[in-house]
Amino acid sequence: MLAPERRVDQTQGTARSSNAIQDEQRLLAALRDGDEAAFALLVECYHGSLIRVAMAHVSDRSVAEEVVQETWIAVLEGLDRFESRSSLKTWIFSILTNKAKTRGVRESRHVTFSGVGSTDGEADEPAVDPSRFMASGFWVDHWASPPHLWDDDTPEKQFLTKEGMLYLEKAIQALPLNLRQVLVMRDVEGLGSKEVCAILEITEANQRVLLHRARSKVRQALEQYVGGGRRQP
Amino acid sequence: MTRDELKNRAIDYLAGKVTCKEFTEAATDYLEGSQTWLGWVRFQMHLGLCPGCRAYLRQMKKTIHTLGRLPEEPIPPAVRDELLQRFRTGKSR
Ligand SMILES: [Zn+2]
Repeated sequence: MLAPERRVDQTQGTARSSNAIQDEQRLLAALRDGDEAAFALLVECYHGSLIRVAMAHVSDRSVAEEVVQETWIAVLEGLDRFESRSSLKTWIFSILTNKAKTRGVRESRHVTFSGVGSTDGEADEPAVDPSRFMASGFWVDHWASPPHLWDDDTPEKQFLTKEGMLYLEKAIQALPLNLRQVLVMRDVEGLGSKEVCAILEITEANQRVLLHRARSKVRQALEQYVGGGRRQP
Repeated sequence: MTRDELKNRAIDYLAGKVTCKEFTEAATDYLEGSQTWLGWVRFQMHLGLCPGCRAYLRQMKKTIHTLGRLPEEPIPPAVRDELLQRFRTGKSR
């Protein structure tokens, strides 16, 4: 049987639950065997992450929940046919992504303004506002207005508050879809680079570009929130 | 600019001048370890000489860390029970 105490080490907010399943082969065998504890573990490990990833596609929470529900049903139905060409985790997230994509497209047809439909139209947007670098001279492209050195508690302390969390969630939601997808999977849910590439069917180089754009935008938002964008006394 | 700053900038320049803009565009490559060895060395040298980019890198790292601290989405007990129920009936068929 799968040790139920594994669930205990997920209580920590930092170590995302998705990393709790280490022995997928054993889990898969147990699932096919009808081991309910194994399925409970799977659900508990991935459900929250799936919700977040679904919400990267569809703006409505209840729609996201439906998509995740559909995903689990598809997982149950496909379990016996699943071949371990990809990992179980990658497979589950791929099912979700496909379902969410379909729903996202359908949803954006009905909703005029949702931010769901935006894609990579801003490929050339710089990571940092160009006005913060020297525009000319010997030190061209070096900092004119360098970032503030955040201390140990910044910005974590600010974002442990309800208001801070809300702001951060909004900053994520404001990202174009393709940036949001990668950021949520990599930085919020802690999936690995290879996993995300397999799920989204993109190259590592492409993923890094998207991830960097996304992180840059969120960093900028946090910098504005913290108020240290331009050096403060 | 002080003499030391000038000297540091000169070293930076000779080492294959990395601009701060270039650094900010490639910070994720740096963090992901996807650069060539030479690229990494150039960035290391730049970081050693540039407090602005050190602050920037720290902000990026802290941004990533903060994103990872967003609360987990809990699974409602009713949803969990329903899924387990489905698993049970699916397997007994
Ligand atoms: Zn610099």
